[in-house]
Amino acid sequence: MTKKIFRIYRVASSLLTAQYALMIEYRAEIALWAISGLLPLIMLALWSKSDVIGSVGLTSQEITHYFVSAFIVRQFTAVWVMVSFEEDNIEGKLSPFLLQPLPPFWRYASSHVAEQLTRIPFVFFMISILFLFVPNSFFIPKLKDFILAGIAIFLAFCVRFLIHWIFAMLCFWNERAAAIERLLLIPYLFLSGLVAPLEVFSDGVRSISMLTPYPYLLSFPSKVMSGAEVNIIGGFAALLAWGFCLFVVSIFAWRQGVKRYSAMGA
Amino acid sequence: MYRTIHYYLNTLYWFWYTGFSSELEYRLNVYVEIFAVIGNLTGSLFVLSMFYSNGSTLGGWTFNNSLTVLSIYTFLEGLTTCFLHPNLSRIVRHVQHGTLDYILLKPIQSQLWLSLRIFSPWGIPSILVGIALLIYSLSRSASLISYMSIFLGIIMLLSSIVILYSLWFILATTSIWFVKVWNATEVLRSLLVAGRYPISAYPSMLRAVFTFLLPIAFLTSVPSEVFIGQSSSFYVFLSILFGCIFLLISIFFWRYALRFYTSASS
Repeated sequence: MTKKIFRIYRVASSLLTAQYALMIEYRAEIALWAISGLLPLIMLALWSKSDVIGSVGLTSQEITHYFVSAFIVRQFTAVWVMVSFEEDNIEGKLSPFLLQPLPPFWRYASSHVAEQLTRIPFVFFMISILFLFVPNSFFIPKLKDFILAGIAIFLAFCVRFLIHWIFAMLCFWNERAAAIERLLLIPYLFLSGLVAPLEVFSDGVRSISMLTPYPYLLSFPSKVMSGAEVNIIGGFAALLAWGFCLFVVSIFAWRQGVKRYSAMGA
Repeated sequence: MYRTIHYYLNTLYWFWYTGFSSELEYRLNVYVEIFAVIGNLTGSLFVLSMFYSNGSTLGGWTFNNSLTVLSIYTFLEGLTTCFLHPNLSRIVRHVQHGTLDYILLKPIQSQLWLSLRIFSPWGIPSILVGIALLIYSLSRSASLISYMSIFLGIIMLLSSIVILYSLWFILATTSIWFVKVWNATEVLRSLLVAGRYPISAYPSMLRAVFTFLLPIAFLTSVPSEVFIGQSSSFYVFLSILFGCIFLLISIFFWRYALRFYTSASS
């Protein structure tokens, strides 16, 4: 048992350090990816001038903190597994991965985590620039909120990663399945609270969106970080429940898909 | 003169014909693209309707005029998918692999070849939806639309296409120096999203940035105002001026950059 735990620790740490070293090499690209996540700040600029915010009972300070938090949450929940999985599948790079005594899932997951670690200084830098130019956006979350938000962000990342991973399995059936990522981004964009806080949604749309995992991927962690009133236990329970269901589905999808793998390029 | 034009048109025809046929191999993309356009449009309308709930407006524009802005944005996005994205992404690869040599040797303007070589049909749904939405919103406009404003509006649209193209091309040109610059176009793309909404909806500082530094205002807001007949001739003049300046910059910048091209592996 201890041997097994030790092995997991060793594999995980060497995977992470290797991927981190790889990501450091691509730091310029990662900086540019980080900058391209500006949407929450653009939406903040629009909503801060809108009267709708006041009419649903939000103050301009609350909305600012919400979108700044959403900006941070989005930075650390970025997922691109479909694109890299499609590439590895088409180029036959998946074959050597399959021979190793480690499910390829962990390879992709660790590269995402390593990328997030590389992002930390860039996000810190961008937030500082924002605070410098827009001083009234400045806020420091309470330590408790910050820690809880950190956990929520990690869980949200896991759920999002699993969704994309399950759809990435379609690459076993169709070589260009990564195009489906475009469709996955649409509900994420409009239902997660990225373009507007959930309070502004009409009641019908809000209750529909709460049935999907999307509000828990962005709105929930952002609210926790900005210290807004939010059902913390309910949010974590939803994230864990979605994560568990998707994990089960992902194992099933992987097993079905890998049977069809024909090692393209071999 | 006639022969050169004929020569170029003939070459373009074959470029696009071959590009079109090779893309049609992937039929899944057709469905994905159509769903994506419908989904994005529904989402955008949903966001717009939120800005207009409780009798509020977006920067003083009527809902219908905001629709005009959205329609032009959708149209330009379609053009980006058809031409800018597939072609300019290749400049980076040509520089990386040194295959730019072959293009420079061809008896055709290198900038033209690089910008128009590929035609990807996946932007067509966006272009069609954009045009349909434009006609719909104009037909519902409160003010009378004269032929003159339609004529001027089309000229403004052409100038916005030129500006958009030049921005992309200038950015792609920098790959001569910084080989891996492709993500920079993602940054540009994420900033251009601001053009989905009327420029007057932004805080004044951003408005200045979006007018003079990164001319997003001339991409969507100014053409919409001209179509509705609410713009001053000053902005019409400014838009044409910006179009010419940006195009000239892109041409001269490309020539200047080529002096620094050293080819790969030599």
